[in-house]
Amino acid sequence: MAEGIENVSDDSFEEEVLKNELPVLVDFWAEWCAPCHIITPSLENMSKTYKEKMKIVKFNVDENPRIPANYGIMSIPTLLLFKGGELKETIIGALPQNKIEEAIVKHL
Amino acid sequence: MDHSDVVIIGAGPAGLAAAVYTGRSRLKTLVLEKGMPGGQILMTDWVENYPGFPEGVVPFELMEKFRKQAEKFGAKIESDEVKEIKKEGDLWHVVGNKGTYLARAVIIATGSNYRRLGLPSEAKLIGKGVSYCATCDGAFFRDKDIAVVGGGDNALTEALFLTKFCRSLKLVHRRDQFRGVKILQERILANEKIEVLWNSVVEEVGGEQRVESITIRNVKDNKTSTLKIDGLFVSIGMDPNTDFVKGFLELNEWGEIKVRKNMETSQEGIFAAGDATDACPEQIATAVGTAVSAALAVDEYLSDYPAAKPPTK
Repeated sequence: MAEGIENVSDDSFEEEVLKNELPVLVDFWAEWCAPCHIITPSLENMSKTYKEKMKIVKFNVDENPRIPANYGIMSIPTLLLFKGGELKETIIGALPQNKIEEAIVKHL
Repeated sequence: MDHSDVVIIGAGPAGLAAAVYTGRSRLKTLVLEKGMPGGQILMTDWVENYPGFPEGVVPFELMEKFRKQAEKFGAKIESDEVKEIKKEGDLWHVVGNKGTYLARAVIIATGSNYRRLGLPSEAKLIGKGVSYCATCDGAFFRDKDIAVVGGGDNALTEALFLTKFCRSLKLVHRRDQFRGVKILQERILANEKIEVLWNSVVEEVGGEQRVESITIRNVKDNKTSTLKIDGLFVSIGMDPNTDFVKGFLELNEWGEIKVRKNMETSQEGIFAAGDATDACPEQIATAVGTAVSAALAVDEYLSDYPAAKPPTK
């Protein structure tokens, strides 16, 4: 598991993501997805940089089918940013760290 | 400022193979990678045509071995994306997002990326049923009806992989025969889930929130038809990652870096290897082969080259 990044499941999603006081960036991934591994170091960096401002969590789509289906996820990695329970940003594909930051920083 | 003997741009099969050789030549070697060491090949689920692995190998494991071997001989791998290369004084300045790296010679091994069909309706539905990576997204199409576009090795490999998940698969190919290797063709034609649509091109991807259909045109009689599908996997070849050297190096009409016999480019001291060049047919083995040629040429080039003076302010 990525350092400093917790796992969230279908069952804990509401509590950990939607009801979180901080904005939460959810990384939808699976073990067999190479580009998912590619962005892991970027997410680890960002979880340190934005420690006070945002939480980053991982969501295994293999083990948890319900939430990905709710949000219409058909490609991984997909990053969803939630703030106050609302979906604020969708980032599809393994983008470089600066592109990910660009997309989310305006919501923090 | 500290400099390397050689900066290698890209840590796929070509970049890492070059680094093994330059490291063993005792050249101070820095490899820059924008994503994860391993490169594009990591998107494939299985490799069975790389000599030395009769049972086949998972690309991730193969590339881990490449990386370890490069590091064993002293290469340093850093994460950065290169924007520009320019010459100042005796040294090349390789400019990245995070910093500038100085080197006496450069090997460009930036590889290639998926080519798109170029349809507005395709761009709109990326990640919503349009995919370029079967291993990433295949599992989202369990018991669904899908289509694959293409007819080369990659398309055939992806189609076969996808039949593990999907209910039915239409393979849309613009010609009346495949380009892909015979052993894959045989497996495609023997697979009950796959129907091949010859002489056909995709004209439009239908759907607003997600892919619902594709419209294809038969290039022989120009008749169009619409197929209901849930997912479209595009596998029509690769485009070289060479935008950052446009106008700096000579490229061919497809954007590939033109190389001479020793993998030299149009700039003295800049070499290139792998899929980014016009000399490599998108195979791990050829990426490695061209990279070894480039690394040997760099060694020879630098041995004739006066030791770089420290740059003046």
